[in-house]
Amino acid sequence: MKTNLNRRSFLSLTALAGGGLVLGLQSKVRAQNPFADAPLAPMDFVSIGSDGKVTIATRNPDLGQGMLNTLPMLVAEELDVDWKDVSVVRSGVGRKFGVQLTGGSTATPLNWEPMRRVGAGARALLVTAAAQTWGVPAEECTTASARVHHLSSQRSLGYGELASKAVTLPVPDVRSLKLKDPKDYKLIGKPTLGVENKAIVTGKPLFGIDVTRPGMLYAVFHKTPVMGGKVASANLDEVKAMKGVKHVFIVEGRPMPSAYPNYLFQDPGLETGVAIVAESWWAAQLARRKLVVKWDAGAWGTQDSAATVKKAEELSKQPPARTLRKEGDADAVFQSADAKVVEAAYSFPFIAHATMEPQNCTAHYKDGKVEIWSSTQFPQPGRQLVARLLGLKEEDVTVNMVRGGGGFGRRAYNDAMCEAVWISKVAGVPIKLVWTREDDMQHDYYRCGGFQHFKAALDKNGKLSAWRDHFVGYGEGEAFAHDGGFNPTEFPAGFVPNVLVQSSVMPLGLKTGALRAPYSNSTAWVIQSFLDELAHAAGKDPMQFRIELLESAAPRPTPVPNGRPGAGLDPGRMRGVIRLAAEKSGWGKRQLPKGTAMGIAFHFSHGGYFAEVAEVTVAANKKVKVNKVWVAGDIGSHIINPSGAENQVQGAVIDGLSELIQEITLKEGRVVQSNFGNHPILRIAQAPPIEVHFLKSDNRPTGLGEPALPPILPAVCNAIFSATGERIRTLPMSKQGFSFA
Amino acid sequence: MINLKVNGANRQFDGDPEMPLLWALRDELDLKGTKFGCGMGMCGACTVHLNGEPARACVTKVSEAAKAAITTIEGLSPDGSHPVQQAWIEVDVPQCGYCQAGQIMSACALLKKKPAPTDAEIDSAMSGNLCRCGTYPRIRTAIHQAARLTQSNK
Repeated sequence: MKTNLNRRSFLSLTALAGGGLVLGLQSKVRAQNPFADAPLAPMDFVSIGSDGKVTIATRNPDLGQGMLNTLPMLVAEELDVDWKDVSVVRSGVGRKFGVQLTGGSTATPLNWEPMRRVGAGARALLVTAAAQTWGVPAEECTTASARVHHLSSQRSLGYGELASKAVTLPVPDVRSLKLKDPKDYKLIGKPTLGVENKAIVTGKPLFGIDVTRPGMLYAVFHKTPVMGGKVASANLDEVKAMKGVKHVFIVEGRPMPSAYPNYLFQDPGLETGVAIVAESWWAAQLARRKLVVKWDAGAWGTQDSAATVKKAEELSKQPPARTLRKEGDADAVFQSADAKVVEAAYSFPFIAHATMEPQNCTAHYKDGKVEIWSSTQFPQPGRQLVARLLGLKEEDVTVNMVRGGGGFGRRAYNDAMCEAVWISKVAGVPIKLVWTREDDMQHDYYRCGGFQHFKAALDKNGKLSAWRDHFVGYGEGEAFAHDGGFNPTEFPAGFVPNVLVQSSVMPLGLKTGALRAPYSNSTAWVIQSFLDELAHAAGKDPMQFRIELLESAAPRPTPVPNGRPGAGLDPGRMRGVIRLAAEKSGWGKRQLPKGTAMGIAFHFSHGGYFAEVAEVTVAANKKVKVNKVWVAGDIGSHIINPSGAENQVQGAVIDGLSELIQEITLKEGRVVQSNFGNHPILRIAQAPPIEVHFLKSDNRPTGLGEPALPPILPAVCNAIFSATGERIRTLPMSKQGFSFA
Repeated sequence: MINLKVNGANRQFDGDPEMPLLWALRDELDLKGTKFGCGMGMCGACTVHLNGEPARACVTKVSEAAKAAITTIEGLSPDGSHPVQQAWIEVDVPQCGYCQAGQIMSACALLKKKPAPTDAEIDSAMSGNLCRCGTYPRIRTAIHQAARLTQSNK
């Protein structure tokens, strides 16, 4: 087990009302970053009622990535309770609960050990209680299915019978507890069905948008269409007179802390807009249709995507503004006589998250305190943000986690939460703010676009000898737009002797942010596409070319700026998944008809190693049918819940296919796209069968929300090249006339 | 006052007759299972049945639905015992789950017409329902399973 999360954890114990056991995890780690546990007070994870009912709390939000299963499964495994007897609940939100956010595929690596130790600690208390009851050494006791057994005397007691005694015992130091030998796992590695499946299929009110509160009114928020815009005038009185409308008011936006803030942690929370609060959401929305706002668009009102493309092309021809990485002398290699030089320019657009559940939040501000119900990914940072925005103490902000209808990074940004608390405060009543799809698509934190200009050299043996990349992105000076930069540690840096990675930036008046596998979802596409060009230029099999590249140089220690994903790639693990994907797909072994071909790509991100093969058929009219996808992944020693894992991977592939056809553009500073008609999501007929294979390795388990996504984009484009001879270098692929059949 | 027949019960609605059925169901009748996705009939999250036929509640006015028997996800079965619901649970279809009520309503309508649909028939009938999480492979599997369950229940 290689990963060391460098934390110390121990358990604490409090009595449950009604008799029973509550076990909490405490972790003594300084809060250095949001992914490190803060100093913790006791928190509840396991409760065992006197009736034997076992309830396990999950501390992470669940937006479809399975945290209601994964984390409680870890606890249940060590606690030795049967999954069918476990009830799962969401924990509260507060510093005492430690890290509470969904992002960066961190849930598994951050909880793998602590949650098993919670389970082991609870088990130890129950065993001690039984041993004391019987007057036998604890070591002679065993546990199974929520019972403690003493085999030699043939006695046993249920956890429920032991709970009231266990609660009186001193809390063991969980660091000293021996965790199960993985060969004894009964639950980890076994598929479990989604805890809320039944509630979902029967239409229970589970989601943020389903929340209702007594006396609640409904709100819409009509925001400036241009970032930083202000209301010059608005017909508020006319709107106020509409049926069912209770409040109409302007919300003044907050200034940005800097030109290109990290919106995850530095968002000021509010853009300018007009809030309409009404008796029903429909009444608010009807009133909004009567609203006429004259906007003062401000600095970004003339921004235009077509002009940006031109500007990027100009910058690409000028000397790069910054050098991000330099090893050897790539330019000298390009001049050498026996170098085969290949050049290509790639570009990828802004894209929206478009979660199925539009952004929404319910909030109730009263007497200097606020309670929030939100399907946020970032409950803990959201609480802090709201406290700052309203000038409250953090303990006066209560956040209730509610199931989220998709996150993908969008719900890491708590803008809807800030708007809801503000509107509730002004209106003086609990309100539910619900965005329209158009609001959601036009007020996102978009996956940032970018432009890559590659030049590479192959030596006389067809080996990659030099790599140069001029990345043209957005930002100012040394600041890239949030999650819109380029990571100079990305492969093949470290595997090529001569590397030069440089960048230039241009201004941007659009909020950008993390979209599932941030950086990687664009990086993998450009790099694995260009590598494919090089493989073909070298006359080598694209799979073999990649394997050789991964073997070609010992990876040297690479700087890890900000710990960005991509650094620290283990070439052996990557070769393993490439070979597995090739084997499963019959790479190079199947005769395919004309117009049908396979493509391969790999990417390392968020600790996960993924290689993917796509088989496509391209018709004469450039309609692309993805016939099948094979995925091979290595995310460590255990797949905690194989059912959820397969679903995540298949979903990531389909998500990635959607990214080939999506684009957000700006005209007069406004987002042009507005709904699924002009920012499509893959439909069922376009979704291929997807085979998922995991390579288990002796590495600590890592997360799966993100790393399966990035390789599919280049795998498909590489297949399209092999089928047609045309290389897709600009996304969306419609720019080159391609579409999905 | 408009009388709506929802899941076999008569419900009185005295709001705006122009209000989309979606919002009447969700906010007036407190049936939250039908979901808001796009407001334009493009994503299928709000799919309900009007006289057994799938309809997008976000683009159906209350006044238009007044004469029809309306079935929502809550009306399929109170306990999740409908074969399509059962299949969805057992195949472990949902990720976020937000679109699944609409998916299930479309799947039920398909199975009524075609008790044993092919993949192509599934793709055609389900093409109006988006799943942002990409559960499509499992949706296909679950519809086949529901078809088998329905047959064996007969």
